[in-house]
Amino acid sequence: MEAPLLSVRQLTVDFSTDAGNFRAVDGLSFEIPQGKTVALVGESGSGKSVTAQAILQILSKKAAITNGSILFNDTSNGGSVDIAALQHEGEAMHSLRGGRIAMIFQEPMTSLSPLHTIGDQISEALMIHADVDQATANQRTMDVLNRVGFPDPKRALKTYPFELSGGLRQRAMIAMALITRPALLIADEPTTALDVTTQAQILDLIKELQTETGMSVLLITHDLGVVANVADEVVVMYRGQIMEAGSREDIFRNAQHPYLQALMRAVPRFAMGEDERLTPIREVKSSSLPAADAPRRVQPAGPILKAEHLTKSFTLRSGWFSGRSREIRAVSEVDLALPAGKTLGLVGESGCGKTTVSKMIMRAITPNSGRVLFDDGTGPKDVHKLEGEALTAYRRSVQFIFQDPFSSLNPRMTVYELLTEPLRIHDIGTSDERFERVKQLLDMVGLDQRVLRRYPHSFSGGQRQRLGIARALALEPRVLLCDEPVSALDVSVQAQVLNLLKDLQSALGLSYLFVSHNLAVVDYIADTIAVMCRGYIVEEAPKSSLFRNPVHPYTQALLAAVPDPDINRPLDFGKLRTGRFSQPSEWPEPFRIEPGEFGVMKEIEPGHKVRLGRLTAREAA
Amino acid sequence: MIRFLLRRTVTMAVTLLIISALVFFIIKLPPGDFLTNQIAELRAQGESASIAKAEFLIKQYGLDKPVWQQYLVWIGIMPGPNGFSGLLQGDWGWSFEYDKPVVDVVGDALWLTLLVNFAVVIFIHVIAIPIAIYSATRQYSIGDYLATFIGYIGLATPSFLLALILLYYMNRWFGISIGGLYDAQYAGEPWSWPKIQSLLSHLVVPTVVIGLGGTAAMIRRMRANLLDELGKQYYVTAKAKGLGPTKALLKYPFRMSLNPFIADIGNLLPHLVSGSVLVSLVLSLPTVGPILLSALKSQDQFLAGFILMFVAILTVVGMLVSDLLLASLDPRIRMGGAR
Repeated sequence: MEAPLLSVRQLTVDFSTDAGNFRAVDGLSFEIPQGKTVALVGESGSGKSVTAQAILQILSKKAAITNGSILFNDTSNGGSVDIAALQHEGEAMHSLRGGRIAMIFQEPMTSLSPLHTIGDQISEALMIHADVDQATANQRTMDVLNRVGFPDPKRALKTYPFELSGGLRQRAMIAMALITRPALLIADEPTTALDVTTQAQILDLIKELQTETGMSVLLITHDLGVVANVADEVVVMYRGQIMEAGSREDIFRNAQHPYLQALMRAVPRFAMGEDERLTPIREVKSSSLPAADAPRRVQPAGPILKAEHLTKSFTLRSGWFSGRSREIRAVSEVDLALPAGKTLGLVGESGCGKTTVSKMIMRAITPNSGRVLFDDGTGPKDVHKLEGEALTAYRRSVQFIFQDPFSSLNPRMTVYELLTEPLRIHDIGTSDERFERVKQLLDMVGLDQRVLRRYPHSFSGGQRQRLGIARALALEPRVLLCDEPVSALDVSVQAQVLNLLKDLQSALGLSYLFVSHNLAVVDYIADTIAVMCRGYIVEEAPKSSLFRNPVHPYTQALLAAVPDPDINRPLDFGKLRTGRFSQPSEWPEPFRIEPGEFGVMKEIEPGHKVRLGRLTAREAA
Repeated sequence: MIRFLLRRTVTMAVTLLIISALVFFIIKLPPGDFLTNQIAELRAQGESASIAKAEFLIKQYGLDKPVWQQYLVWIGIMPGPNGFSGLLQGDWGWSFEYDKPVVDVVGDALWLTLLVNFAVVIFIHVIAIPIAIYSATRQYSIGDYLATFIGYIGLATPSFLLALILLYYMNRWFGISIGGLYDAQYAGEPWSWPKIQSLLSHLVVPTVVIGLGGTAAMIRRMRANLLDELGKQYYVTAKAKGLGPTKALLKYPFRMSLNPFIADIGNLLPHLVSGSVLVSLVLSLPTVGPILLSALKSQDQFLAGFILMFVAILTVVGMLVSDLLLASLDPRIRMGGAR
């Protein structure tokens, strides 16, 4: 048998911080065979990224490899070395780094310097490791940019990262890593920040390049769906130690370790039963929630919230030196209806206008045309025409849950101040009553009362998101607008928060507008799903019929691109490679929409509507 | 680009016009002016010949007219006793205190001021940048603490005190003579090599004294900026490519951390002119600072007004230069909003 390319033996990494020493990686051993993909899986804080940094010796100054070895067995290039024994900034390490072992990172926006062109940054990687002049390096850069799928490599040389979409930026990162033809590619969450269709394309590209060059890949991810689709071998980490390791087949068909089994149960899947519940790794218990009942209120006859023909465009100024400006339409003729006590899922890729819609509903921005109707039981009223007392009442009834639990809580306010702020703003209750209410809220979201005096920084991401939910609930709202509430969280915590939202809904009779890019999550929580693309709602249906019978090409592509943590349902990369799914003018007839047109929604079965181009609509009429 | 420059030129002109009005009216706020004060003084002494000359000057420069008319004549958009002759026509006015045209009073001083300030700006950057890089890359090391400590001393020391101390010891140890920008024997002489040498040796003390506070402040800010940038992902990417530590640092985080300083050039120039008045007085430098001070005290309106306008022009031109530099260095600003 061939010797593995990289073998990590008893690797230990210690951090020394002001708060004391902390072992991030604890006696880790695994191997990466030649030409194979090994996935390193775990929650955040499990030490998987630290392991990758240790392999490249780019650990932060506070961390050091205190034990173990990292044998890099580069047969084609000078035999085997122990990376752990090399000098951090020595000659040998410099030539390995970027030369034989390359790395790509999670966030392609921040991993590239905004001040230097793509061409400069990619050719630099080559010029460090190979003795070539700038002209040759530029030629090679164009070749590799062409290989990773840049439409116009010559122009790309002079392009800055912020001029590119997220997917193209990640392609540029891959080009930079691969231009030196490394033996090992370390990919640290390479697709986490990308949309599902882009994610599928990037995963496909990495796989293709791997077969072409025969390199090995160390894939670091928390997404079991990605692992099931691309990994040959899987290493599951928890708190710096290996919980389970084996081939992909073993891991997915026959998970042994309770931690891995729990992790698998926490991931939302498409094939879940109607009443099946996710099982978080750490369940949150609330004593009062099952007993709490919904405040008695008049229920509206129709939907509690309704959007009619919402349209919004933004004006962009193009360039600093020119006065020219152009208009982009972010939301086009959006119609939505949210029935009381139900969940409406709004799905789409980044930039499709879903957040703009939720902000218009919240009355944070004003639509160019169309209206939002809110019905509190006294009949529908136009939200953007509310004033004075009625507006305050609306603000109380509709609350927002944000995506990022870290930046949405003021770090200088204690939990008590955070949770009572809505009550203070609306001048509700005496201080004793507020205190009681806060205790009740904390209990609803499963947090202990003793946290009242603490500040947000001492909570984990999941706990902070629960604080955000508690704050949104403080005013006894009727509608919660949830904007990607779980996309910044780990799978295990995600399950916790999703279950909490479901329990709150049934206990308090809340209605949710749930905005997300993750179809599986929306499938788990929503009753009706609307799919958005380029400002249009392209398809809207009850979730069972949407997943059983997706009609619109965009919905189909979106569904096909979600990696399922089930190795019997692999991604169809071939299908995703063709076509551009998010260009309304390139959809096949009868779905094609010309620029400047809106098309029409057509009901194909009860509750299931699809947007068709104008031509077809006229034929139908 | 041309559109941008045109737009900027127009706003600059409007800004300068407003500043000129403010400057002139504030100078004229106290009752009386240099000449009426002088006439009162001369009357007390009974010198009628000089009184006649002063009264002639009052007529000559229209000081008996309303303030707004004086202002319009001064900037040259209203005909005065000599027709259109104001700042716009290049006539900087008459200094009553020196009894000379303003151009003769400030001529040399302007160039020397620019020279001293240029030397100070260079000094600040040459000293501050390496120290800041050193302390940012070795955060919380002994060297970092030392640089921080010296920086605080530099910030806290009154510059005129430092000027006195340095003057004494430079003279005692190196025999460099005290005060001025060149030895007394060269005053009024045409420029020659020995005069330039004398100028250079005299520049050392003022440069260090005026620049020290700015250097200390710049070390602190540069260090903070650089520390922010060092934590960014693209720096890790650069290292993961295999770049050596020095090259990776200079090409990526350092270049990013320069932006705030380039944006600051516009503020730096006028601040150095007006901020160094005290030091210039102590060191008796022939720069415009002391001249401005005495002109303001004696209400020598055209002289004070001209110097203040000069500082204002430095400011707006400095702003334009820093904006253009920023745009050429940072593509995000150059193409901002294009996507």
